[in-house]
Amino acid sequence: MTIDTKNGNGRTKGRGIGLAAMRGLGVALVSLPGAVLCFTLSLVSMALIPIGIGLVTTPYVLTGVRAFANWRRVLAAEWGGVRIPPAYRPLPRNANPWTRTFGMLRDPATWRDLMWLPVDMTAGFVTALLPAALWLYPLEGFALAVGLWRVFPDGYWYGFVPVTGQVSALGAAALGLVILFFAHFLSPLLLDVHFRLTQAVLGSGQRQLAERVRVLTETRRDAVDSSAAELRRIERDLHDGAQARLVAVGMDLGTIEALLDKDPAKAKELIAQARTSSVEALAELRELVRGIHPPVLAERGLGDAVRALALRLPVATEVNVDLPGRAEAPVESAAYFAVSEVLTNAVKHSGADRIWVDLHHADGHLRATVTDNGKGGAVIGAGSGLAGVERRLGTFDGVLAVSSPAGGPTMVTMEIPCA
Amino acid sequence: MRVVLAEDLFLLRDGLVRLLQAHDFEIAAAVESGPELAAALAELEPDVAVVDVRLPPTHTDEGLQCALDARRKRPGLPVLVLSQHVEQLYARELLADGSGGVGYLLKDRVFDAEQFVDAVRRVAAGGTAMDPQVIQQLLARQAGDGRPLARLTPREREVLELMAQGRTNAAIAGRLVVTERAIAKHTANIFAKLGLEVSDDDNRRVLAVLAYLDHGR
Repeated sequence: MTIDTKNGNGRTKGRGIGLAAMRGLGVALVSLPGAVLCFTLSLVSMALIPIGIGLVTTPYVLTGVRAFANWRRVLAAEWGGVRIPPAYRPLPRNANPWTRTFGMLRDPATWRDLMWLPVDMTAGFVTALLPAALWLYPLEGFALAVGLWRVFPDGYWYGFVPVTGQVSALGAAALGLVILFFAHFLSPLLLDVHFRLTQAVLGSGQRQLAERVRVLTETRRDAVDSSAAELRRIERDLHDGAQARLVAVGMDLGTIEALLDKDPAKAKELIAQARTSSVEALAELRELVRGIHPPVLAERGLGDAVRALALRLPVATEVNVDLPGRAEAPVESAAYFAVSEVLTNAVKHSGADRIWVDLHHADGHLRATVTDNGKGGAVIGAGSGLAGVERRLGTFDGVLAVSSPAGGPTMVTMEIPCA
Repeated sequence: MRVVLAEDLFLLRDGLVRLLQAHDFEIAAAVESGPELAAALAELEPDVAVVDVRLPPTHTDEGLQCALDARRKRPGLPVLVLSQHVEQLYARELLADGSGGVGYLLKDRVFDAEQFVDAVRRVAAGGTAMDPQVIQQLLARQAGDGRPLARLTPREREVLELMAQGRTNAAIAGRLVVTERAIAKHTANIFAKLGLEVSDDDNRRVLAVLAYLDHGR
């Protein structure tokens, strides 16, 4: 079994050189004229835009360029295992020539295609052709040794070997063997270089984009998870709290109705009880609302909401606000709850007796800093409130930084992009 | 006594109108938005305004802003502000001019008609009606170890709380079921312990206590 696999590998590799050479040759032969044609047509077509003809031809030419680039993408994926996802912007159906032309010209992917064409017809062509050359050149050496040298009576340079007779022709064959030996390793590598070059030019920005997509997927999942959990909590609170109390009030009212004539004293007692229940239901609803969207935040915005929050804290808290206007509601809300969570953390764990909150807007970011004079040692870790804050801010591409040396002070800085 | 009432929810406005009319108030106007309130306060010169913090069109703190504005134009204009939630921040703004005639209550307080009507009358007379929740927040902040407030006896704290809500000695005595003289003794002790100047004027006294609680010493 092990031997079989080894044999298989050997065979694959042996075939690999030939395959790489054939593929490289194919790509090189098609890509050079293809790239030159595409590039020339594109330039001519775009140059003709001012006189109108270009408006009609450019979309077709660029579509051709895309098809050509897409064919190379497919080859890169199938032969090289290099994925270059296309990132063309969709064009509206039935668009007029003007929108089509300029829609395509505005797409950065178009310009990447056009930049790639010259690269492909030079470096791309060479890297594709080399595997074939490395494979064919040794064959020439062998052919010289077998007798081809006789065709050149005046001598012939094979590499750095001057072929003048049978002996030097054998030398050429030896050199061919050496080249073939290196080609064995280099050919697949060179083709790989070719595909990676294509990826680098044609797919630039893709890696960043992929990373961005990964982050967005993650933060979206966090946001969905936490909002679902939040809804469940609200449902439970309403169900066990205000809803249950209103049921009790309703029942009390029913009983009061029945007792009104028979036992007015008892009815009066129940009225008081119903009133207490309704007051309690209201208090619970108030707390619930505060947890969903604090009323001061709705009425006054972030600055005053944090000021009102600070006034509720048992620790003396100084709030400095320098905000030019109101941010979007979701950003305000995220910032408020992040600051609120950090303040709660500080009050609970830091042992501080003073806290400073600073809110300001700078460089398109809303920045909130919470500093306390407590014992420090706060970390963003599993289970800590700060990890939750980080997740909450993540949805808005916000970041959290904690500086908390042992012995304090602790400074937590939060930043959320906002126009 | 003429009242201007501002409340955007029809049911509550209607209920308040009936409640106040039943207690011999005259409703000069019952409005539902900020601009209407501003106009009514400017034209009708009411004895007292009962105002919801949040009003259309912005549904922010329009009512509160209108009230503060009207008081700037007519200092001491009695205003009772109602809200679904109470904030020390808003209480501070209402009390800032130091001229009294200010009330700030949770809407729930309307459930106890007697107390509510009493609060409206008190505010109209230049007194103060602060929601117990506001006072509790203030007390909680000032009651840390080593603060003067920590030296009060539980009974004195109770008296202080009721006093800060804006009640007179007589009302406090009635509430705690003791004589007015006993309350007078308690208040004298409280003022001594907090280092406040004793004043015979009920309103001045309440404002002094609130200022003390708000800013501490």
